[in-house]
Amino acid sequence: MIYDVIIIGGGVTGCCIARTLSKYDLKICLLEKEAEIASGTTKANSGVIHAGYASPREYVKRHLCIKGNKLYTQAAEELNFPFERIGSFVVALEDNQIKQLEDDRKKGIEDGIPGLEVILDKNQIKQMEPNLTDEVVGVLHAPSAGLASPYELTFALAENAVMNGVKFFRNHEVVKIKHQDYTFTVRTYQGEFQGRNLINAAGLYAARISNMLGLDYFSIMPRKGEYILFDRNAIQLNKILFPIPTKVSKGILVCPTLHGNTFIGPNAQNITDREDISTTTAGLKEILEGGMKLVPNIPARSSIRNFAGLRAVPDTYDFIIDNTDVYGFINVAGILSPGLTATFAIAEKVIEFLELLGLELKVKEDYNPVRPKPERFKDFTKEELDKKIQEDPAWARIICRCETIPEKEIINAIHASVGANTIDGIKFRCRPGMGRCQGGFCRPRVIEILSRELNKPYEEITKRGEDTNVLVVKTKDLILKDVLRGASE
Amino acid sequence: MKKYEVDVAVIGGGSAGLAAAIIVKKAELNVLIIERDKELGGITLQCIHNGFGLHEFKEELTGPEYVQRFINQAKELNIPYKLDTMVFEFTPEKKIYAVNKKEGLIEIKAKAIILAMGCREKTRGAINIPGFRPAGIYTAGQAQRFVNIEGYLPGRTYVILGSGDIGMIMARRLTWEGCQVKAVVEIQPYVSGLLRNEVQCLEDYGIPLITSYTVTKIHGKDRVKGVTISKVDRNFDRVIGSDKFIECDTLLLSVGLIPENELTREAGAEISQMGGPVIDNNLETTIEGVFACGNVLQVHDLVDLVTAEAKRAGLNAIEYLKERYNQKIERKEQIKCIAGENVNYVKPDIINKSDLSKDLIFTFRVKRPDRRILIQFKDDKNRIVFKRKRRYVIPSEMIELKLNSSEQQIDPECKSLEVEVVPRPEVLIEED
Ligand SMILES: Cc1cc2nc3c(=O)[nH]c(=O)nc-3n(C[C@H](O)[C@H](O)[C@H](O)COP(=O)(O)OP(=O)(O)OC[C@H]3O[C@@H](n4cnc5c(N)ncnc54)[C@H](O)[C@@H]3O)c2cc1C
Ligand SMILES: Cc1cc2nc3c(=O)[nH]c(=O)nc-3n(C[C@H](O)[C@H](O)[C@H](O)COP(=O)(O)OP(=O)(O)OC[C@H]3O[C@@H](n4cnc5c(N)ncnc54)[C@H](O)[C@@H]3O)c2cc1C
Repeated sequence: MIYDVIIIGGGVTGCCIARTLSKYDLKICLLEKEAEIASGTTKANSGVIHAGYASPREYVKRHLCIKGNKLYTQAAEELNFPFERIGSFVVALEDNQIKQLEDDRKKGIEDGIPGLEVILDKNQIKQMEPNLTDEVVGVLHAPSAGLASPYELTFALAENAVMNGVKFFRNHEVVKIKHQDYTFTVRTYQGEFQGRNLINAAGLYAARISNMLGLDYFSIMPRKGEYILFDRNAIQLNKILFPIPTKVSKGILVCPTLHGNTFIGPNAQNITDREDISTTTAGLKEILEGGMKLVPNIPARSSIRNFAGLRAVPDTYDFIIDNTDVYGFINVAGILSPGLTATFAIAEKVIEFLELLGLELKVKEDYNPVRPKPERFKDFTKEELDKKIQEDPAWARIICRCETIPEKEIINAIHASVGANTIDGIKFRCRPGMGRCQGGFCRPRVIEILSRELNKPYEEITKRGEDTNVLVVKTKDLILKDVLRGASE
Repeated sequence: MKKYEVDVAVIGGGSAGLAAAIIVKKAELNVLIIERDKELGGITLQCIHNGFGLHEFKEELTGPEYVQRFINQAKELNIPYKLDTMVFEFTPEKKIYAVNKKEGLIEIKAKAIILAMGCREKTRGAINIPGFRPAGIYTAGQAQRFVNIEGYLPGRTYVILGSGDIGMIMARRLTWEGCQVKAVVEIQPYVSGLLRNEVQCLEDYGIPLITSYTVTKIHGKDRVKGVTISKVDRNFDRVIGSDKFIECDTLLLSVGLIPENELTREAGAEISQMGGPVIDNNLETTIEGVFACGNVLQVHDLVDLVTAEAKRAGLNAIEYLKERYNQKIERKEQIKCIAGENVNYVKPDIINKSDLSKDLIFTFRVKRPDRRILIQFKDDKNRIVFKRKRRYVIPSEMIELKLNSSEQQIDPECKSLEVEVVPRPEVLIEED
């Protein structure tokens, strides 16, 4: 079989391209090296849907961000992922910073960002966000900024893509690519795939993929951002709060999540290891201090988790979305922030390139853009819940107590298209292990369900994929081995 | 939706819930226990070590043996209970919503509620250990459940962070299973669990206890490969140059427990700083007719004290039904209890002035270990209304003090009462 389009990388970029392309009558597949999609940068980022005033005008990312932000409204309706425009503040703490706010506002309005306003009235500001520091002198308010859950979005994109015929292959790391007679032969450890067009959305590894075809016109540097997440009851913010940006990043923000938690971060640290998502003492201290500048009463004691994400920073500091010199090979690389915001605009851009390459884009008759909302215990009224439980008692067996997640939601997550097959996969799809106990209670039960539904023994259930086995041996095995060794000696 | 009406609903069927329900049932009231697990017993079921029941039964029992005695009694009394049934909401009007596989959604209307939901363990995030998030990091209780109930070992070589009781007990348990426990690392300069566990679980097995150290980094991307531990100074800041690497495939965290009060909070009850609900001297929360006992109220180290507290909660619920239910008696005049010098917290949070003629039971923990001290209660005019000597106090042992109505001289006019643990004046020292 020869695919029309092969996409490498199952982050938000790859999945969004897959879903957008799935509208057309094409044979498409997506290859992802990890056991789950949304395992790379897409898993750990701020999830802010930026308004788009932040990058300078000469960058592509500014324009795709502004466009992408607007596309979220329809996408959220079709794909039913958590998304809310709660608005953001850029917070000036000194009078001389107001000029920059005014500048950003003016250019932003000119470029079509809706509703941007500079607010200098402290009472009004504090009314909109009571947790903000008293030191505030003014804010740039962007009402179109919002929050999305990046991995829930990615799962939704993938599910909808599968509904419309895209094939997903996980645990398929691309290791070699050949290009001959207008056909790409893409080799993975699990077999070869052939396609006419190839899209590189491999995130931190995009330069490596590009190199496989002899192209080396850009490089990608990993830049780490660390976060601290706080318990749901710790503090309630109304707005996404940014400091005045620095040269390297938008600075350390204090931000609510769609699930009622609060996080602070990220910092920005250039590193060399593309897998290094470890957090550091110095980093955690830095973000806590940074966050306190905006919200002095951050309840440091109610942190429930810290984590880090890696930005794929290209040497151009801008998105690299190119029809390359290799015919049919499109790079979608260096998708740093605001890549999540821009994602729908990026996908449209890729389609334009494919069209330029002569790919025939005929809309399928049975294309269905709607991914139904996953059913959640918490969304049901008492009456609906009662009915659901009558239909399937698995709705009544609560697995995650912190987030009230019943067995049924987990089973659904496993059997969804591109469904969960690891503990982390379950956690990112339906949140057991995300709550206060961080898996203390639910993990053994999640393992039990995965083992049963996937028909795999306990020992083969992993946290994230290969090499992360959770359970090592049965009790008595170690002792028995000693006894047996003793007997044979 | 199935609907039930009861006099007293008990949420949680662990040691606390069972003891409370038994008392209520003996008063011939209509009681129901709701338990989310598949059996009654609570956390003690996984505590297969001995050391339970020295006060209550004057015998040394294992956890399951101890709690079985209550389960038997509950069954003899025909106390109704629902298993595999999780309460996900209760309201100030005392309607409880729960689900189970057999009946679906259930609504239980109660006249009084006793909260006995126990506690949960703190995790890595709560202490912010930097590093990767590989497989191989568990809380000690999670590991205990794996080993004692599911029959699996989560790893082979271990470092245990925190010298809480569960951590020390697991160090011994894993050693018995042929695992290697490289060290128990404690950030405080002293052990945080009971002395008896330090001796019986660590010393007897030659497991090193490293105090004033903490884990500062976790190594390994997919699976734990080791940890870096570092010495800390008095402010718990890392001492530069003190790092040591220990190879291990599993890190267990035994860094404390927090009362499980999401439901309580959502129902609108006030929650105190340590995570338990604010209660008065009747163990009644700020929602009338809702009482709390056991680990959901405060983390206990001895099950006997849980049992005693639960019995009191039961008795108070009975009294409430007899004397105050539906009477709209306001709990107005109250005295606030404050944690003073070297006291971490104190329960109750408030005393009703109308109850000053009753015996009052206080429970609290100290912040630091100390010897030859005086526990004293001081009112808002700095008058000492009660004092008692103690040879020693340590944070791992909850202190329970009963103030007989005859012993104390609390002025009904005072607004607050401060509990403090202070050095004894010289003269008193010889008396030891
Ligand atoms: C700290 C931080 C904060 C951010 N905050 C925001 C924000 O608030 N708003 C915003 O809009 N954007 C934000 N971003 C940016 C956003 O997260 C990224 O733009 C987006 O997630 C990029 O997705 P991606 O699919 O390109 O990359 P990834 O998610 O990394 O996906 C690439 C995928 O390719 C796979 N892959 C790699 N090599 C191979 C191979 N050889 N074979 C097969 N598969 C392969 C990887 O496993 C991975 O799953 C932030 C980023 C970071 C790091
Ligand atoms: C690991 C460990 C070791 C210990 N070792 C000793 C020892 O050696 N000696 C000693 O004297 N004491 C020991 N203790 C202390 C003592 O056993 C406990 O403090 C005591 O058992 C707690 O009882 P409890 O009923 O408050 O909580 P639990 O036993 O935890 O019971 C709470 C119950 O409530 C249920 N529940 C919670 N929420 C809900 C809900 N929403 N709906 C329905 N049900 C719910 C839970 O499933 C659980 O069964 C130990 C404690 C622990 C944690």
